[in-house]
Amino acid sequence: MVEQTTQQQLKDLLIAMLSDYSDRQVESNNREAIERLRRDKVDQPVISLTYTTASMIAGADLTYQAILDYLEEREIDASLRLSGSLGLGNSEPLMEVQLPGKTRVTFSRVEPEKVSDILDAVFNNFIPEEHVLGQHINELHEPWEHVPNISELPFFSIQKRLILQNSGMIDPESIAEYIVHGGYRNFLKAIRNYTPEEICDLIEESGLRGRGGEGYPTGRKWKNTLSSPAEQRYLVCNAGESDPGAFMERMIMESNPHSLIEAVAISAYAIGAEKAYIFIEGEYEVAVSRLKKAIAQAKEYGILGHDIYESGFNLNIQLHQGAGAYVCGEETALIASLEGKRGMPRPKPPYPSRKGFMGQPTVVNNVETLLNVPVIVDHGPGWYHQTGTEKSAGTKIFSLSGKIDRSGLVEIPMGMPLREVVYKIGGGIPDNKELKGILVGGPAGGILTYDHLDTRIDYEEIAELGGALGSGGLVVIDEETCILDTVKYYMHFLKQESCGKCIPCREGIRRMYEILDNITQKPGDEQGASTLQRFKGVINLEKLAHVIRDTSLCGLGRRAANPILSTIHWFRDEYEEHIFERKCRAGVCQELRTFYIDVDLCTGCTICAQKCPTGAIVGSAKHAHFIVQEKCIGCGICYESCKFGAIISK
Amino acid sequence: MQIDIEVNNQTLSARKGETILEALAGEGIQIPTLCRLEDFTPTGACRLCVVEVEGRDHLVPACSYPVEEWMKIRTHSPRVIEARKMIVELLLSNHPDDCLYCERNGHCELQRLAEELNIRERRLSGRKSRTNLDLSSPGIVYDPSKCVLCSRCVRICEENQQVSTLDFTGRGNTTAVSAAMGKDLNFSNCIQCGQCIMVCPTGALHDKSYLDAIQQAVNREDMTTVVHYAPSVAVSLAEELGMKPGKDMSGLINRALKKIGFDKVYDGTFASEIYVMEEAAELADRIDKGDALPVISSSCPAWVKEAEQKYPDLLPHLSTVKSPEQIAGSIIKRYCLESSDRGQNDIFSVAISPCPAKKFEAQRQEMTHQGISDIDAVMTTRELARLIKLYGVDMHAIEPAAADQPFNKDRSAARLTASLGGTNEAILRTLYYKITGKDLKNPRISKMRGARNTKYFSFQMENQDLNFAALSPLGDIRELMEDMRNEQVTHHYVEVMACKGGCINGGGQPFHHSSQTVRSRMKAIHNQEDKMDTRFIHHSPEVKRFYSDYLDHPNGEEARKLLHTRFSARDVLL
Amino acid sequence: MDSIAKILERYPFVERENLIPILQEIQQEQGYLTEEAVREVGRYLNLPASKIYSLATFYNRFRFHPLGSYHIRLCRGTSCQVHQSGKLEKKIIGELGIEDGQTTTDGLYSLEVVSCMGACGMGPVMAVNNRYYTGVTEDQVEEIIAYYRETEE
Repeated sequence: MVEQTTQQQLKDLLIAMLSDYSDRQVESNNREAIERLRRDKVDQPVISLTYTTASMIAGADLTYQAILDYLEEREIDASLRLSGSLGLGNSEPLMEVQLPGKTRVTFSRVEPEKVSDILDAVFNNFIPEEHVLGQHINELHEPWEHVPNISELPFFSIQKRLILQNSGMIDPESIAEYIVHGGYRNFLKAIRNYTPEEICDLIEESGLRGRGGEGYPTGRKWKNTLSSPAEQRYLVCNAGESDPGAFMERMIMESNPHSLIEAVAISAYAIGAEKAYIFIEGEYEVAVSRLKKAIAQAKEYGILGHDIYESGFNLNIQLHQGAGAYVCGEETALIASLEGKRGMPRPKPPYPSRKGFMGQPTVVNNVETLLNVPVIVDHGPGWYHQTGTEKSAGTKIFSLSGKIDRSGLVEIPMGMPLREVVYKIGGGIPDNKELKGILVGGPAGGILTYDHLDTRIDYEEIAELGGALGSGGLVVIDEETCILDTVKYYMHFLKQESCGKCIPCREGIRRMYEILDNITQKPGDEQGASTLQRFKGVINLEKLAHVIRDTSLCGLGRRAANPILSTIHWFRDEYEEHIFERKCRAGVCQELRTFYIDVDLCTGCTICAQKCPTGAIVGSAKHAHFIVQEKCIGCGICYESCKFGAIISK
Repeated sequence: MQIDIEVNNQTLSARKGETILEALAGEGIQIPTLCRLEDFTPTGACRLCVVEVEGRDHLVPACSYPVEEWMKIRTHSPRVIEARKMIVELLLSNHPDDCLYCERNGHCELQRLAEELNIRERRLSGRKSRTNLDLSSPGIVYDPSKCVLCSRCVRICEENQQVSTLDFTGRGNTTAVSAAMGKDLNFSNCIQCGQCIMVCPTGALHDKSYLDAIQQAVNREDMTTVVHYAPSVAVSLAEELGMKPGKDMSGLINRALKKIGFDKVYDGTFASEIYVMEEAAELADRIDKGDALPVISSSCPAWVKEAEQKYPDLLPHLSTVKSPEQIAGSIIKRYCLESSDRGQNDIFSVAISPCPAKKFEAQRQEMTHQGISDIDAVMTTRELARLIKLYGVDMHAIEPAAADQPFNKDRSAARLTASLGGTNEAILRTLYYKITGKDLKNPRISKMRGARNTKYFSFQMENQDLNFAALSPLGDIRELMEDMRNEQVTHHYVEVMACKGGCINGGGQPFHHSSQTVRSRMKAIHNQEDKMDTRFIHHSPEVKRFYSDYLDHPNGEEARKLLHTRFSARDVLL
Repeated sequence: MDSIAKILERYPFVERENLIPILQEIQQEQGYLTEEAVREVGRYLNLPASKIYSLATFYNRFRFHPLGSYHIRLCRGTSCQVHQSGKLEKKIIGELGIEDGQTTTDGLYSLEVVSCMGACGMGPVMAVNNRYYTGVTEDQVEEIIAYYRETEE
């Protein structure tokens, strides 16, 4: 009963604080309560564990249980909370400990068995350096000695976190923490101080461009919608992602779901929509449950619903879980899917800003685009425009992964050279390998090379090189990755993910895939028809790619040829090697490998001969063996089974 | 509002808001299309109509892109031609190479596109999609290997027929068209109306042909082969043979069928007369008793199947009279048995019909006598043309002939039944006579003519207001059926035809690409009316003689035994 | 049967936009979609069965057959691809004789190839039911599959 009252009091306080966001009278009258909520002041140790999909996959469940057990066993009075992600991809699970008066200190890769060691140490005022990531130094708390400041770590130091600011710092399931960190203030500011037209103006002036596709100016799109007469307008937030190798939106929604609700709310207000949808990939279970909670909390706090904070504005946000289709990233496909249909794009015009969901004017923006909106409302378009380049304002979030030392969620100002992202933030390529390329923008993006490292990241520069900022996937590949194999992988993905409606995309991508497949496989008969087919394919590959780009119905098809066209341009030598020399320099295209037996090393153990599936290895026991090349299919079983290193791959 | 656009360096006038394709129609510029379907919203799927618009990065589809004032369009630039060519080559790379053996050889839109785009080399090849041939259904063969996924069948089945048997399944390069749960057609809710065949650009959907069996029968000395054809076949066959659309071919068909070797050639018009007599009698009887009104026509077998699966509760409303086809079937077998020394097994009765669903109907258990079907084989108008060519009959050179006695009637109001509203018209005349004892002064009921989908007519007879309706295609009947379920219907007679416009637009008719063709067939039917011998079927001496010789009177005990049937609910996945 | 009716009750408005959520709930409840489910939902929403089947086959996650006792999910995201998840896919297919979306005849295993699991820094990633494996090698695939087979016995 007592607890309930305090809960209610807390809620009343927060609501009062929101209503009073501009005068801040309530805030100063209740300074102490708010400090506690902000964790500026803690009375007992606070332990928080990142709980996101990534940390869960890394075993956060077990770590959580281990912490609970630890606290119980030792009867320690501490509070255990969950947090979102700081963005570091391969350091999960992260555990953060805040002792009263001290800074928050974070440990990485906290497997369950490490918990007691770390906590024992911390509670004894000692930081085990081998596990520590760093601390969040600020003026309120006493820092730990010899522990690096997290914001000065190479991964974080040159990032500019406008959107990710609170990610990993607050409990994603607590609206209170969001509000005391300034949350929903911008929404109230928008609905109280601005008309929808004025918000559209702000966004247009800020130079914000759609982060998902080709960078259409968001303000212009909104104005088109706002000016379309309608019974109802809709805002749809595309949180579908479903791009392999892009996890940014998922991680943001898991780490700070309220920030998305606020962004959606402001944007809906700006276009005159009283109903908004968040179209989220159903597989993002953690994000779905957190967004559901966030929506429920926002309703409870009067942030969603009828006559919000007496502004006269009504808003209902509905979560729609996608059932898995990459093509739903295309706005008309997404709308079809929302309407309960196959997610097949339709021709534009009419554009959704005139005729969208249920035939009404609709804005579709992706998560990242919308998340910029509260920032712009907060600081103004002029301030916002200071970040980034002339044509591409603001920041860009990337999912950095692949053959890279530090993978994760990265927010950088537009205009930063790729090199800094790869080497400074990402820490370069592990194992002293050489960088071969950077996959920019997912399956329908392009592949850039070493020579492009000094390219400044913005829409135009990347597009010029055949890439696309697109989803924000940034996958680094090294010399052990075959370019053709990678492109083939993308084509395989796209041929399945094409909606199947228009001919060039449906039939064209599978042919491009097959042409690549032919090039990367050992032909049955080098003289015969398969060779002819291979060469015909090669001759027509580029033409085909151009026609697919030129004629496809939607963005998926139009961009599907990007990986092929960009690699034919930048990695031509690797294509030629595969085609003419029948060789894969990365050794990935298995069938193109040729194997020889070093007679000096071979002991005649016969293991390779026994394992060879085609009987291509001949020789008698205790005598050096020999590979009959005509029979060899290049599977590499012999290579892997030889204990003496006698089999050489060329 | 008219605006100027520039097309291929020439200025053209266009209407604001219309699509590029519409603006170019009649301007002497032809743009290929594949997925386009007259009167349907463009889907933009095939991309063959792409054109170059200055200032646009990509080619734009002419079928859906509206014209705008600033536009400079190039319809046949090298870039456009290469793109169209490549698109067709892509389709060909996933298409069987059996054109010479294909049902649509010579009539195939894909074949024509390849020809027109001058494709002479196989630049692209690859693995073809794995598919299964669906031979399950009596009327329609579905060969998915030839499907180009234009969605025309899906759209016609969904929007015109509202049966929605077919739809896309899967995604990406494994997208296909299939019935729900991937069922074969015969186990689906397909009503076999054949409208999908009519719009299919390739041989993916085609007639299930029984021509081999028919030929074998014709070849057998010990078999009496009897054939009859529906009135609607007589006005559409001309198109398929390169003759003037709408020409009445009855006489030529009689001659041709004789030349092919059929022992007896009958004109189905006679059966239609009997049908009208029976239907009018049943209607009069049910109006009299106030029994299960309105009476709904059941001459369309596609509609009957739809009623059995979708409206089983309304089956008592269906007229129990067999379709004209099946009336012909039962009369002919009975007549032939009586007039010759042949046994049941020695008679092979063939029907020529505008409709694949007739093949389904002929195989219904209700349409058998002592376990043997009344009609042994059905062929469509298209197949008739094929048979005529196969037997080398030059229709331009032969003289017309009369059909065999006693079923040789060709000029009769019964022929009106071929077109939507015609059944109403013919029945009304007889019904009027039945009720009032007089003939209508003006037998032409213009409200039952014309190209509308729904036709209504009210008439006063002996102080009774009688309401008549005619509806097609099936998509347009739903509302009325719902009203019937809610008992809000005041009609006495409802004529339902599955295909838009009736049998003249049946799914077994010659392929056409414009509603204009169907109108010319309708016109031919109505024009004949003026020259008719029998505008009032009940006065026809042949009909009178038939009843007195065989069946006593319409809707009597004998007639009901031979000419009426029954229906039962079907459990299929709708 | 009852469970479908209960789910439909939660959607009082007969609107097509409820189709995907309804099917998702049914699948959640029953594990996969049956012909009966298609029929019931069609009746409720006034939609032809072909439309429902068509929609369900369009999206990755609707199934028309049950999953195996051990549902293997393999991440084929780009980062996992770069870390050789392609080999793992071949290995699993070779070990189990089933392709993506299929279930072994003994009902023990089913395989789903996922486009990204969201743990790109730890690839290749695979999961069996709710247990995750990171940095998986080909040999481990063999061990993992064998482990569950033994557990079953």
